[in-house]
Amino acid sequence: MSGFSSQELLAIFAMQGFAGVSFFSVLLLMALGLAIIYGQMRVINMAHGEFMVIGAYATYLCSITLGALPGMTDYYLFFAIPIAFGSAFLVGYIVELTLIRHLYHRPLDTLLATWGLALIMQQGFRSAFGAREVSVLVPDWLRGSYRPTMMIDIPLNGIAILVLTLLVTLGVWWFLYRSRWGLRVRCTTANRDMSGAVGINTKRVDRVTFALGCGIAGIAGAAFTTISSTGPTSGSLYIVDTFLVVVFGGAGSLVGTIASAFSIAQAQSLMEFFLGSSMAKVLTLLTVIGILLLRPEGLIASKVRR
Amino acid sequence: MNRMYRLFQGRYAGLGSIVLLAIVLMVVMPLAFDIYRLNLAGRYLTYAFVALGLVLCWGYGGILSLGQGIFFGIGGYAMAMFLKIESSDPESTSIQTTPGIPDFMDWNRITELPWFWVPFNSLTFTIIAVLVLPAAFAFLIGFAMFKRRVSGVYFAIITQALAVVLTILIIGQQGYTGGINGITDLRTLLGWDIRDDSSRYLLYYLNAILLIGCLLIGRWVLNCKYGRILTALRDKEERVRFSGYDVANFKVFIFCLAAFISGIGGAMFTLQVGFMSPSFIGIVPSIEFVIFAAVGGRLSLVGGVYGALIVSFAKTMFAEAYPQLWQFLIGAVFILVVLVLPYGLASIYGRFGQRLRTPLARWFGDRKTHSSTSDDGLQEKRS
Repeated sequence: MSGFSSQELLAIFAMQGFAGVSFFSVLLLMALGLAIIYGQMRVINMAHGEFMVIGAYATYLCSITLGALPGMTDYYLFFAIPIAFGSAFLVGYIVELTLIRHLYHRPLDTLLATWGLALIMQQGFRSAFGAREVSVLVPDWLRGSYRPTMMIDIPLNGIAILVLTLLVTLGVWWFLYRSRWGLRVRCTTANRDMSGAVGINTKRVDRVTFALGCGIAGIAGAAFTTISSTGPTSGSLYIVDTFLVVVFGGAGSLVGTIASAFSIAQAQSLMEFFLGSSMAKVLTLLTVIGILLLRPEGLIASKVRR
Repeated sequence: MNRMYRLFQGRYAGLGSIVLLAIVLMVVMPLAFDIYRLNLAGRYLTYAFVALGLVLCWGYGGILSLGQGIFFGIGGYAMAMFLKIESSDPESTSIQTTPGIPDFMDWNRITELPWFWVPFNSLTFTIIAVLVLPAAFAFLIGFAMFKRRVSGVYFAIITQALAVVLTILIIGQQGYTGGINGITDLRTLLGWDIRDDSSRYLLYYLNAILLIGCLLIGRWVLNCKYGRILTALRDKEERVRFSGYDVANFKVFIFCLAAFISGIGGAMFTLQVGFMSPSFIGIVPSIEFVIFAAVGGRLSLVGGVYGALIVSFAKTMFAEAYPQLWQFLIGAVFILVVLVLPYGLASIYGRFGQRLRTPLARWFGDRKTHSSTSDDGLQEKRS
């Protein structure tokens, strides 16, 4: 790090930090869904990245239909986000109904089955949208950047994604801790048999939770489109990081997931500047694995006894 | 006849299927295939080593590793490094800026052999490295994780992340590893051309013999007391722990054995194919190895071999003709095997075999014999 003045270093940290914020946002949105699903059903969804891609393609479709209408280019994203959520939610619901629910007692097998699902979905995207990456129309108000000082340059779309992520996280928090549904979800997570005994339809709760997790991944996809172009295999780029975020954060803990997504994204983004992206990734992953070995329950362990 | 039939019962149970496999590998396939297809089959059989390792550690030990490509890769790269040094002698690389080092190093402006390449000048060291390095690496991973009681899904994800790390590292350090292209253009082993037909036959047979040897080791490990404990800890880990066993050590051992076997497969792969690249290490190949074991039957040692052969041949045939269809098909196979046939093709064989064996036993006048046997393990229940 020698060779940089302290002011330059500060600017580098600020800019790389904000570059990391976009990565953090997508990672957090992905991990939230995965963490809820894993926390409640102990199911690892290898196809989670593909649900993100569903959201991304849904946004793309909105952008070429709605966005093409006169006067809508600036606002279509507000429609695209719910549509992305809805389409991923729907597909997740169907997948749970047909596949996942048969596998709840076999977590390792779910991993394989959802990998198969991921392959099928990837090929589905390829057949439907072609192997080439597509990108959406970015509205004018998302372009450009905010420059607090001469050296710091923060892109607006990063800020917008951050705001979206915060809103979704708040929404998830509200859903889990303040709504009737969330109460049922938490009950089922804590003790499935007991919840069933007091009259909660745990199977239905499972289904909604799974679909909701997928839906959030869909929102992640909508956010993803504004920072990168979408291809059939875009989702698989994020899946390993997302898993590590979930495991590192301590499954089932909202705060832990946020903290781990933040630290992983920031560590990677800051190191990227000094070491190059591949070494940064290697070091981040190895550090996370190392910490996990010292603390297998993750950053914030849930207090629920199993 | 009665005595001969009994030979395959009890103590020798399951040997029959290994003998059958040996006949298929050593007699049927060399007769049925031309040298091109036989070489292809030999390449698939190297995957069978990994599948066999997975049957041991996943099927019987309950440890699903999504990073078996790591060990396949370590074995393969160790062999490839030796062959590459041999093929880059100063004369044949005289056009380079620095003759005598592998071509990709020269392209990346490296002027001398890196220190970790130097020992691979010796074949003895290379063979030891192929046999020891994967197991040693597995020991490090396994010891760190199992002692901390990391298991199940966590273990799977961490091994997957490690496979990603290794792939990125190899691709990123192009000058030292050959990058994404891998180590290519390997022609000779101690001056012996590994590319002509006769050496391909020889390598195929060596491969098959090693595979059968590994099968026998696997069978022996599972049949001794250790195997019982392994199965027990897969089904009820706490109970084994409370009985006074150090569960972690048992897991570490089977994980190392699986890595050892995979490493041999990797080295044989390099020898038969003539190159090694990171595309045999990462997430996708590592999961493919799992699907080989799953299709063949996770509780059947020979099943893993058949699984590797069948899936790979199907892939070659379909992927050439209908590349799009293949991905749908393999995805569906993943899902169907898990949903409908969790114990793979071996369970079908087991079911029909049972029907076939009972009348056969009667035929031989041995009414009491019920084949309670073989490594298809249909009898075993999962918790």
